Amino acid sequence: MSTSRRDLTAIALALTAITLGATAAESPKGDIAAGRAIAMDRAQGNCIACHVLPGGDSPGAIGPALVAMKSRFPSKEALAKQIWDPTVRNPDTVMPPFGRHAILSEKEFNDVVDYIWSL
Amino acid sequence: MKKTLVLVTALGLISTSALVCATPKEDQERFQHYFETRFPKVAKNDFVNGVYAIDAVARENWEAIEEFPPYDPAISNGETMWETPFADGKTYKDCFPDGPAIAGKYPYWDKQRSMVVTLPLAVNACRTTHGEKPLKYAKGPITDILAYIAFKSRGQITNVVIPADDPKALAAYEKGKHIYFARRGQLNFSCASCHAGNSGNRLRTEILSPAFGQTTHWPVYRSKWGDMGTLDRRFAGCFKQVRAKPYKAQGEEYRDLEYFLTYMNNGLPLNGPASRK
Repeated sequence: MSTSRRDLTAIALALTAITLGATAAESPKGDIAAGRAIAMDRAQGNCIACHVLPGGDSPGAIGPALVAMKSRFPSKEALAKQIWDPTVRNPDTVMPPFGRHAILSEKEFNDVVDYIWSL
Repeated sequence: MKKTLVLVTALGLISTSALVCATPKEDQERFQHYFETRFPKVAKNDFVNGVYAIDAVARENWEAIEEFPPYDPAISNGETMWETPFADGKTYKDCFPDGPAIAGKYPYWDKQRSMVVTLPLAVNACRTTHGEKPLKYAKGPITDILAYIAFKSRGQITNVVIPADDPKALAAYEKGKHIYFARRGQLNFSCASCHAGNSGNRLRTEILSPAFGQTTHWPVYRSKWGDMGTLDRRFAGCFKQVRAKPYKAQGEEYRDLEYFLTYMNNGLPLNGPASRK
């Protein structure tokens, strides 16, 4: 069990590297409006469950408010890495690894990144 | 976040402190101290009321519901079950001579069988011994008989024992503890992610309930269910919420988890059945 989980982690990390590499190289343009819808949707990103988002009703209070993102992250790629797998920067975080665990599809992920980066 | 780390560290679960082997008693003291420090205004025995111990508005709504408790029909159905003889003429009383007020004896470590025995498991063992079909564990008639037993056991004090003379009992406890603190599911949460480090915080509009007090009041009428459910049902619901595959109801994993979590709650009075949002 622990071996297979380690293997899976290795595969996931490899995929992360590949995908993030691609993200950095091509810097795909996400759809901000679609990203916002995903961030507000309980069944998808559900960022609003834990974070204050501009215009979002009854946000949760687990994580920090998602405002002034460009002053908090040096680049969109750095923000993308954080959303992809926040346990890299903080192993104890409760934020789900949206990319590493394929919670969002690649398109959904890019849309959310562009939306959050726009805040 | 810092508080999460403190609890996780205190219970010896991060790698740097993995060599520190805390005893169950030490775990329990740190666990209870953590919640009593996190919620300094909550009287110890009020933790049995979950979020209603920490949120005044939610408490007001809950107290209004408790004026006509939605679990009352379950208690009276359970009383009928308790008194109705099985096909062989015996009753639950033949299995539980001290009953029906027996909830405080569970869960316990059965040395002969080398396993944790919970109250629902004992209820079904009684039924099958006397030629009746076992009941399903999540909901339905099992919640009736459990509600009656819980009601009659109100005021008993949680007192789970981990026998020092059987290393397998300690192993079961450690297994339950691991299940409690291990991350799982697509969303990568542990039980503790929400109910320790973020207890009292709002997840959207819901306040996350503290783990301290979570074992005292089963079965529960939950408005979300519109129905009664057991602790097994709630465990499975939590697993599904984090997008993990639930374990088998009353399988070894959930019995060990109940053993650990109830031991953490030692000293709290039993107050089942209860109503929850």
